[in-house]
Amino acid sequence: MPTAGETDPAALARRYGLSKSSVRPPLGAYLQELWSRRQFVVSYAAARTYAMYAGARLGSIWQVLTPLLNAAVYYLAFGVLLGTKNGIDNYVAFLLSGIFVFTFTQRCMTEGSRSLALNLSLIRTLHFPRATLPLAYVLNELNQMLVSLGILFVVVGFTEGPAWSWLLVVPAMLLQIMFNIGITLVFARIGTFVSDITQLLPFVTRTWLYASGIFFSLPAKLAEIDAPGWVVQVLAFNPISAYIDIIRRSLLEEHEPNQLPHAWSIAVVWSFVMLAAGFWYFWQAEDRYGRG
Amino acid sequence: MAVADSGAEPTVIADRLDIIYKVIAGQGGKGTAATALRRIMKRQDRPTIREVHAVKNVSFTAYKGDAIGVIGRNGSGKSTMLRAIAGLLPPAAGAVYTGGRPSLLGVNAAMMNDLTGDRNVVLGCLAMGMSTAEIQRRYDEIVDFSGIGDFIDLPMSTYSSGMAARLKFAIASAKTHDILLVDEALATGDAEFRVRSERKIKELRDQAGTVFLVSHSLEVVQETCNRALWLDAGVLKLDGPVEEVVAAYIKSTRG
Repeated sequence: MPTAGETDPAALARRYGLSKSSVRPPLGAYLQELWSRRQFVVSYAAARTYAMYAGARLGSIWQVLTPLLNAAVYYLAFGVLLGTKNGIDNYVAFLLSGIFVFTFTQRCMTEGSRSLALNLSLIRTLHFPRATLPLAYVLNELNQMLVSLGILFVVVGFTEGPAWSWLLVVPAMLLQIMFNIGITLVFARIGTFVSDITQLLPFVTRTWLYASGIFFSLPAKLAEIDAPGWVVQVLAFNPISAYIDIIRRSLLEEHEPNQLPHAWSIAVVWSFVMLAAGFWYFWQAEDRYGRG
Repeated sequence: MAVADSGAEPTVIADRLDIIYKVIAGQGGKGTAATALRRIMKRQDRPTIREVHAVKNVSFTAYKGDAIGVIGRNGSGKSTMLRAIAGLLPPAAGAVYTGGRPSLLGVNAAMMNDLTGDRNVVLGCLAMGMSTAEIQRRYDEIVDFSGIGDFIDLPMSTYSSGMAARLKFAIASAKTHDILLVDEALATGDAEFRVRSERKIKELRDQAGTVFLVSHSLEVVQETCNRALWLDAGVLKLDGPVEEVVAAYIKSTRG
């Protein structure tokens, strides 16, 4: 019997079932491992929410105050000063739905882009699927979004009264969550290797904000300036516009004439494509996140 | 039991391991517009990317039950090598083969400072893949071992660095790791905790694991390890029984 010391290291490793330490698992195994750490995702998100408000005297009341203050600022700027109401009767509900949906995705992107960089020492210490961190960040933002949705329901409930169509908010929300998970994973990877992205992202999201029809109705606005019909068709492909549109369809009756074309189909396609692409893209660099 | 060499089961094999990492040199702080502007005003060069060849052609085989001390001067590539074993730094050439998942325990192990110690215990255990039931079972043991006492209810930001290190070590050592990599974690605790953690490392070793210990305290290495690797400027200078290697290392530092 030859002594192990004499043989080739790779062969020795194979004989004892050792594997290369920096090889990422296959995608299927990775997703499975991710699922087994779901408890960590939940606890991490809860801990982060707690830590976020631990220093503030009003504590988690800020979860309600922040979206309200945000909406108030935009109402003042666009509803009152610039007058983009354009004959929208329930402008408050119109504006809130747009801002809340947009903020959900925007926060996921900007926070998610730092989710790995801020936890580098944890990554360098323990082995766990790295996607748990961006997923926990999405959960944080979802938590905030649910509070915001609660506010929105109260506002719409008082102004329009409850309706069965509200139930459509559930699938709309699920689709946006899928999209957000995808885009958060993408930016988590980019943010880790290209740290300059955090400087750049605010400009990207701000541009996106104005192109998404949050303060005004896109079709109405475009009709007003005599834009050709295809412009609406193109702008309708914006995923944020689609998510906002399907929420508005479910909550506001007066939104009907101003609906974007094919909003539900566009929302569904974006969700599935982004979710799959996000996981695939993030997983590709799984073994390299520790480098920072 | 066959011949010593083939009878023991290898757990970590480093095969002509080379690690090169890139660092951005010549630029302090974040790449903000302000620093870029300052750089332009001062007519400094753009940040250059330098390559650091941290580990050079290192080969060794570690066996089940080994406790290996890694010694060498600052910057000799000890921590970098541990990171490569843990699979956190991909090798530039060569390979590291491991059985099971190595866990790296360092003094800078991340905890959330705004959270209380007990919340950190739960989070840390979950990150390591323990189940909630398992954590409940082990919780008291972890807290007892850390010796934090009543401070466990306070945010970690109120802990001294020694206390934080103790809690981190207690959490990381709660799980039986096949391969445990310890990076200077023992240097921060007080004398009493040091004794306890040395005993813990021996215990982990007995649970059929392999332990790597990076330390500048030769005393600690001699007490806890049976074997040592001496790295010098990224090159493996000596690999053998701990007494031999430590003696040679001491001789070289005096000479």
